[in-house]
Amino acid sequence: MKPPPFEYFAPTTIEEALDLLDEHGWDAKPLAGGQSLIPTLNFRLAQPAVLVDLNNISDLFYVRPGINGSVRIGAMARHSQVERDALIAERVPLVHEAIPLIAHAQIRNRGTFGGSLAHNDPAAELPAVTLALDGRLRVRSLSRERWVPAGEFFLGLFATALEPDELLVEVEVPALPPRSGWAIREMARRPGDFALLGVTAVITLDDENECQAARLVFFSTGGEDPTDARQAAEVLIGEAPTPDVIRATAETAASEDIDPTGDIHASAEYRRHLAKVLACQALEQALERVTTGALY
Amino acid sequence: MENLFTVTVTVNGRQYERAIEPRLLLSDFLRHELGLTGTHVGCEHGVCGACTILFDGQPVRSCIMLAVQANGHEIQTVENLALDAKPENLHPLQVGFWEAHGLQCGFCTPGFLMTLLPFLEEHPDPSEEEIREAISGNLCRCTGYQNIVDAVKLAAGKMQETQAGPGGAA
Repeated sequence: MKPPPFEYFAPTTIEEALDLLDEHGWDAKPLAGGQSLIPTLNFRLAQPAVLVDLNNISDLFYVRPGINGSVRIGAMARHSQVERDALIAERVPLVHEAIPLIAHAQIRNRGTFGGSLAHNDPAAELPAVTLALDGRLRVRSLSRERWVPAGEFFLGLFATALEPDELLVEVEVPALPPRSGWAIREMARRPGDFALLGVTAVITLDDENECQAARLVFFSTGGEDPTDARQAAEVLIGEAPTPDVIRATAETAASEDIDPTGDIHASAEYRRHLAKVLACQALEQALERVTTGALY
Repeated sequence: MENLFTVTVTVNGRQYERAIEPRLLLSDFLRHELGLTGTHVGCEHGVCGACTILFDGQPVRSCIMLAVQANGHEIQTVENLALDAKPENLHPLQVGFWEAHGLQCGFCTPGFLMTLLPFLEEHPDPSEEEIREAISGNLCRCTGYQNIVDAVKLAAGKMQETQAGPGGAA
């Protein structure tokens, strides 16, 4: 249970880090909070030749206001930092509510926002939340910079649109439109455990109280999460969100959008059941937050 | 042969300098390089919490950090709690665990204590639910947690009584 040997670099600027990734390509692995990578090294499930430690790059640890009510989160902002940030709580309350669901305090003190997205663990909350909120990810390499919409960033199990010479440097999370509501729900055996299944819901109503936009994103279904439940969203969009419509939306999500698998923690059937129940709860709470105007 | 890195780390108020391999875990650095064996190593993959230390004042798991990352940082381990080995000089948190029988084999205890120290400083009068959430990242196979929860309640009162506490970390 000890990491294999590797070459270690601890750059202090983004440019230095990009230089190292450019030079070492697939052999290099950026080290963010290390709360997934170091256990992986301890188990020797990964043996990168080079580690590029980002923890000394002070330019990556921030939460800043962006334009139009958005928030810009530096890739190395730690979960505990984001959890306590007043701007996050005010502008992107779904993120504020999701962070305490991530592991335990000890992990949140090291784990980072960008690290969680770049790792894209299918059981993680932040990829689902970032997708549900239509976040954008700023990615840099030595020669170029690009913004990747969340919908194009998460490509499957532990897979993202990042090239080996690229580094995720920032995430922009937009504010929700007026008359929006949001919620996140998950079932875990103990607080801090990875969820058996989770879902986050974001809905926006129009002037006639019909659903103008809806997003239901699942994580930890046992499939290639985060899973954007588009068929379910279609059931809801254009309708008044009555209890019947919400139930039909959750049922569609559970039966059509997700393809759960079973493991020792939960059977596929139980995950499908959870998907329906948790989606209903998330949609109901999201709706409640719109109608009571408790958004900001 | 890997390159050695020279790190300077302040542990429990004392500065140490060592030349280490970058792959050395912080938990092993504390135990094997510094001889501070109060920090226990359970699962070595960030699940059990036995190796919890304070890194710049915040609880973290030392088995999923590299020692080289501690260069220039400040660490507190369980050795910093009591002034010395005399029972009257234990930290009130330790006294709480002792009196409420918050440990049996004691293997997990250093991790619990280091998790709880900053928690109780931030929550001087925690509810049972807050306590259970606070210790959710630490596994104990002996107590069933009930006595630990009782110990934390007892310790919270003791810490309020003796604001400064006898230990160096209080």
